[in-house]
Amino acid sequence: MGQQIVIEPVTRVEGHARITLQLDERGTVTSAQFHVTQFRGFEKFCEGRPFYEMPSLVERICGICPISHSLASAKACDEILGVRIPEPAKKLRRLLNCGEFIQSHALSFFHLSSPDLLLGMDSDPAKRNFLGVLEADRNFALDGIRLRKIGQEIIQGFAGKRIHPSWVVPGGVNQPLTAESRDAMLAMLPEAYDIARRTLQRFKARLEDYREEIRTFANFPSMFMGLVNKEGDLEHVDGVLRFIDAKGRLVADQVNPADYQQYIGEAAEPFSYLKSPYYKPAGYPDGMYRVGPAARLNVCNGCGTSAANQEWAEFIRLERGPVMSSFYNHYARLIEILYSIETMEELLNDPDILSKHVRALAQPNHYEGIGVVEAPRGTLFHHYQVDDHGLITWANMIVATGNNNLAMNRGILQVAQRFINGDKIPEGALNRVEAVIRAFDPCLSCSTHAVGRMPLRIRLIGPDGSVLDEVR
Amino acid sequence: MTTPSYTPDPTPYVRRDVNPVRILTFTIDGRDVSAREDETILSVARQNGIFIPTLCHLDGLSERGACRLCIVEVKGAPKLLPSCVTLPRQDMEVTTNSDRVADYRRKILELMYSERNHVCSVCVSNGHCELQNLSVVLGMTHVRYDYIYPKHAIDASHERFSVDHNRCVLCQRCVRVCDEIEGAHTWDVMGRGITSRVITDLNQPWGSSETCTGCGKCVQVCPTGALSEKGKSVAEMIKRRQFLPYLQMMRREGRRAVAEGIR
Repeated sequence: MGQQIVIEPVTRVEGHARITLQLDERGTVTSAQFHVTQFRGFEKFCEGRPFYEMPSLVERICGICPISHSLASAKACDEILGVRIPEPAKKLRRLLNCGEFIQSHALSFFHLSSPDLLLGMDSDPAKRNFLGVLEADRNFALDGIRLRKIGQEIIQGFAGKRIHPSWVVPGGVNQPLTAESRDAMLAMLPEAYDIARRTLQRFKARLEDYREEIRTFANFPSMFMGLVNKEGDLEHVDGVLRFIDAKGRLVADQVNPADYQQYIGEAAEPFSYLKSPYYKPAGYPDGMYRVGPAARLNVCNGCGTSAANQEWAEFIRLERGPVMSSFYNHYARLIEILYSIETMEELLNDPDILSKHVRALAQPNHYEGIGVVEAPRGTLFHHYQVDDHGLITWANMIVATGNNNLAMNRGILQVAQRFINGDKIPEGALNRVEAVIRAFDPCLSCSTHAVGRMPLRIRLIGPDGSVLDEVR
Repeated sequence: MTTPSYTPDPTPYVRRDVNPVRILTFTIDGRDVSAREDETILSVARQNGIFIPTLCHLDGLSERGACRLCIVEVKGAPKLLPSCVTLPRQDMEVTTNSDRVADYRRKILELMYSERNHVCSVCVSNGHCELQNLSVVLGMTHVRYDYIYPKHAIDASHERFSVDHNRCVLCQRCVRVCDEIEGAHTWDVMGRGITSRVITDLNQPWGSSETCTGCGKCVQVCPTGALSEKGKSVAEMIKRRQFLPYLQMMRREGRRAVAEGIR
């Protein structure tokens, strides 16, 4: 068994993982473990800090999705204040989130995954990166860079800074939107829309080429979870939780996110610092559920905006029930980019959006607050308790990637069993094991400075526990 | 709005008409300067547009010599001297910015960072912090000393303000403004050396202090995010110190009036 593997906590930014594959005597893969080996400790060292520092403090969890953390945190802090934040602030937060979805999804699709998709899973690993994409199809790569830039500029337009801004605060946001910023952002949207549309068309046309990946990339029945609004449509910032089962039946609907602990349990496995949340009523590990772009499209009744809604209708008919293969997350990401652009257009044209009334002020009035949003990678929970003076005494966070932990482990096993047989790892198989993780776009890919390749190690362990092969 | 410029505040009030001040001449960085005998080297340098970095010094408060960032070289003196509390002598030769001075100033800054938990990115004063600005001005790129990572709690018991000892540099501006301007002397310093800490009253929670008037002057003069208004989020704490020169001017005028018997 894999006992000789020592997990070394790496107290750095995200991005370090290890996979252990267990073989039997015949050389077939019997188990797979996905080790997330960094230990961040945010839940612990937030203790003692004032709650109003939290939105900026927790942003440091991630450089790609700081906005999601600040929004979930600010929502938890709103509850501690006990205020109903002004409507314009609510809309501005939603808008900021749209910018983040555009840039984060663009990064995942173009910068991290498109080398696999465009150049092929088995292509030359030396060229299988974003620069290779640039060489192979310049316009496609430039589209990706441009789309991500638009997302980042939108974030900057609202929050003054692209990464780790401190604009979202408990009670709302700290600066109203200016007319110049609004107009500059509205001017960027048509281009973003065109890029999203043509990329989506192109991706759909090539789906047939990925038949084998679709069949094996975490393609198994599981539950799905996501936020929906009162009408049951796609929702990223506010809204209520919905769980569906593998057949698409509603298991729990209109669940107040504040009641999450009744529905979600958190298990810890000795091989990973990433917790394994599960649907409590079904028990562990049967209560495995998935979150993220495809999960969100699976649980909702529609997107609520016209173009995205049409694409959603097409997406949901890919399979009879919920769309099971996590490969389709790529597809769902493109639809969500479209949804974000349309939502932005609608909100930016709202006459109320330039209102100066963007912040509710209050003393801390409650000892506890729970904030839930949809991060690009899935549902994100922040849960704080404070003392009489507003200092954090306890914090719990379920980060989007964690929700998918059980499914990622299962997905790796599925891909490994399909593509690995014997005591050597073919390069293309290694890449597919990485690619199934990329399909989930976990937060640990945030530190992928070497574009297109995760700092990932794969170990192949024989029945006697010896390391047969190791690929870095 | 323009604020009145700083002029040295001689205390206690001395009648200059019968006690004339001596004027002496010396050099700063090779420049001939003249000064009253009771002015500090820092004050003379500032009047002549010569930059000396400071942290604990604040116009309108007494000098404390706590931070040592204003150290200068004086020819013939083996040690570097803090210019905020050193008076000039006739023909003294002062150097404000030699390599030696710059090196020591950076070391002092680095030691300040290593002593407490200064995390700019999540600080209320990020972007408006004198310690942060000094690090830029003095070219501090990294800290060469091991961080101590002391465990300091936040006292948020006051209704409107909080003190985060993690960010305190022990400049004692709060102590001085509370004593000298507000007259409450709520703040003081407890302990010795590296265990020193600012305290309210007899080391009790700020919220339970009987002397604190809640005026907030200490918060406004604090150079870092150690003292801040509650509810301010990251980078939102902009200190307002315009009141100090006015209060100082009023005090001086009051003393003058008493001394000259015209009240």
